[in-house]
This record gives sequence, C-alpha cells and structure tokens, in this order.
Amino acid sequence: MTTIINVPHSLEDKSFEQVLDQVAPLPLDEKIIVDTRHARWASPYGLTALLALAQSRAERPVLYVPEAENVSSYWSRMDFFKHAAELYDLQGRVRTAKAAETSVLLEVTSISKSDDVHIVVDKIQQRAQEALVKNLNLDAKVTMRFTMALSEVCQNIVEHAGRGGWVAVQTYTWRVRLGGRKVVVIAVCDPGIGFRQSLESAPGFQKRDRWDDGQALEETVMRGASRFRDPGRGQGLAGVRKFVGTWDGKLSIRSGTARIAVLPKGDWDEDEPLVEDLSYFPGAQVQITIPERVA
Amino acid sequence: MINHIDVSSMLRKSVCELYSNLVTRPTGAAVRCEIEQELDRIGDRALTVIDFSHVGLLDFSCADEIVAKLLLQYVSVDAPRREVYFVFRGISESHMDAIEAVLERHKLALVTQRADGESRLVGIVDVDERRAWEIISQLGAGVGADVADAAGISCEAADRTLDTLWRRRLVIRHDSGYVAVGSATAPAPSVRLDA
Repeated sequence: MTTIINVPHSLEDKSFEQVLDQVAPLPLDEKIIVDTRHARWASPYGLTALLALAQSRAERPVLYVPEAENVSSYWSRMDFFKHAAELYDLQGRVRTAKAAETSVLLEVTSISKSDDVHIVVDKIQQRAQEALVKNLNLDAKVTMRFTMALSEVCQNIVEHAGRGGWVAVQTYTWRVRLGGRKVVVIAVCDPGIGFRQSLESAPGFQKRDRWDDGQALEETVMRGASRFRDPGRGQGLAGVRKFVGTWDGKLSIRSGTARIAVLPKGDWDEDEPLVEDLSYFPGAQVQITIPERVA
Repeated sequence: MINHIDVSSMLRKSVCELYSNLVTRPTGAAVRCEIEQELDRIGDRALTVIDFSHVGLLDFSCADEIVAKLLLQYVSVDAPRREVYFVFRGISESHMDAIEAVLERHKLALVTQRADGESRLVGIVDVDERRAWEIISQLGAGVGADVADAAGISCEAADRTLDTLWRRRLVIRHDSGYVAVGSATAPAPSVRLDA
C-alpha cells in the first residue's frame, strides 16, 4: 500500500506537524509519496525536516517536486534536490537554480562527522557578517556568537544522534509576524535517537515516575543534562540559550513527541514553552530564530 | 623560563592544516594532546603562555577540552600534575564567552593577559583570593605580610590565601615569596623559574 502525504503550501516548523500527523501512524516500511507539488514556500526547517523524514523511512519514499518554477528553482539553490535525490525517488521537473540568492547563508548541508562542522563554520563565517550586521542591524559582536551557536547545534548530531542529519541557514522577511522584520533562521534536523534515548543511555540512568520526551527536553535544554558523566558536557545548549536570550531570539527543539521553546523577551512570538503529545518523529529538530534589531 | 604555545599552530599540526577555528570536541581533545606533549618536553616546572591570537572561533566544546581539561590536570588544589603555570593571551570577547562558561562549570580560574601586558584574573575565585592576587600583582612580588598589611587581615590568613592561589597556579612560589602569574610574563623583566 502507498500513502500520499500532502505537504502544506507553506512549509515551516509548525506546519510540518501536519506532515508528521499523516506519517506517524504509518508502519515504517509502508511506501509514502510526499507531495510538495503545491508548496509555495519552505523554511530551512521545512527543507531539512523533509530530508530527515526520508531518512526515517524503511522504504525509500517518492517526492513529487514543487510545480511552481520559482519554488523549485529556490529549492535547487538551497541544494535540497541534490540531497533529496539520494533519499527520495524524485518525480516531476526539477528546475535549476537561478542567480545567486543572497538570503541563503548556508545551503542544506549534511552533518555526520566532526569535519562537517568545521566546513559549516568556515562557510558561514564568510557570509554571516554582512547578513547579520548589515541586513539585520545586529551588533558586529553577533557574528562569532552566531557561528558558535551553529557549531554547537550541529555537534549535537555528531555527538548524540547516532546517524547523520542536516543544517541550513537563511535570512528572510517575516510578512505576518514582526511587522515585516527580517530574521535569520538556523535549522538542524536529524532522525537519530533523540534526546530521551540519548539520556537513557547514560551510565546508571534511572527512569522517574514521569519520564517522557518532554522531561528529557527539559532536563537537557533547561538543566544542561547529558548522557556523559563528564561535568563539562551539556554546556553547548546552555551557550545557545544564552546567545538566543541576548539577541531576543527564539530556540525551539522538537524530539520524539514534544517540543520545547526558549522564548524571546519581546512579544514577537506566542509559542508555548513546552508542547507535548505531538505526533512521533525520531531524532531532534532544532530551530534558532534571531530577529532584526530595530531602534 | 617562559614558554610560548601558539594554539593555532597546534590546531594545524594536530587536526588540519586548513582549519583556523577551534570547534568540536574531537578537535579540542586533539589540540590539548598536542599542548600536553609540548608541556612534557618543557619539564616539571614551567611558565607557559597559551596564545589564542590566531584562533578564529572557540566554541564551548573546544573551550572545555582545551582550557578546562588542561587546567584540571595541571591546576588542582589537591595534587597538580606538575608545577606548570599558564597565562592566556590573545583572548577575544567571543573566546571569553566560551572560556568563562567552562571555568564556571568546573570552578576554575586563570590569568589572561592583554597585548599591553595588563593581566586579569578570570573565573571562579573568592573575594580574598582576588584581593590577594591583585595585591601581589600590583607589587610585582610579595610575601604574606605584604598582603596582610594591604588587606588588613592576619598574616596567617594571608599565607593561607596565597598558598591556595599557588595551588591553583595563579601565583608562582618564588624564593620565599610569591609572584603573580601575569606579572611574570609582562613585558617587564621576567622571572626564571628554574633559577
């Protein structure tokens, strides 16, 4: 049996839940067709999560590519199809990338080993200064901190996921929220073991009365827990939280059936700090959003 | 004798000729091993400048591997590996974010030095330790009585604090007195530890 998974017109972290609601009940070996034909827009989270979705399936899925020329061309520019071709059977016309897109800070990039993180950091440093300082009016100090945050979230894949994942970074203008302000968004998605299973692999780990994906996220993100006994572990995400707080940004991490968010001080986002009972999706999906600074 | 270790060179030597950023835990561990080998060649008593001037980015994982784990081996109140003192140079603001976080996590402290020679004590130190270090630093060298006079505390208390600072390798025990670690590497006349 084959099931068609309808992808919403606008594919970002929240609307990707509609995709997972359709996929989660299906057996892993059931054939799926991911239908993006009517997609009009996708965030870095949407693109990296689509790749992680294919990785999570036992049966190689089919992807109907977007019909709109500008969408297909943009996804090409983001290197999405380059990676998708290895994970999906692509059906439909893939358009080639048009002129260089300046909003792309980092194309969809595979992360599976330490060297990949070095490559990502080198690449982003060259492009981040102009995007963050000129376009988002952020202080020059932000560039190094931004790159540090990116490095740490990428390392979570290498250290904890148990399999490869994806990262992408882009700036864009939020038309609805933030009154048209620009944002820079980092998305890092993997279909690995996720936060709960990672913590459960710690030596001497004991389950509590209430132990689930939400608890695992709280322990890791808010209290710096790690599967390693080394007290130096767990600092990366604490550093990312601090960075996000300093720049009035937002950090959200989804793992298993829960999503935790470190919310901005400003009122530009109305997300819940912790959302549970979501449709199951393996691994971890991280999104960092830093908004343009306004006077 | 004062030794100089360029961390960027250690990175290129141990990990990859092309890298200039200290990111990822395996990279940090490899660089620390290289530094430790260098320290093994230096001898049992040494003052070493760890220079980050040519390092682009230092992330938390690397700071933990290079700075915290290095200090934990050589700077311990109980049983330090050898009598090795460190001064950290070329520390940028973003390096400092990562370094301060790992020092706090492990309750460690270190001395940084700016290009103009000004030294600063960074990390977890109590009020008495900081005051004693600053007094010795201003004097260039001193004994417990100097700290006691300047701080208005007993000689016993001053001696105890200086002994703690020495065990944490934040001051150098030299002849019958102490020298602040940063003073010994300032552009002014330096101290020979093996004298």
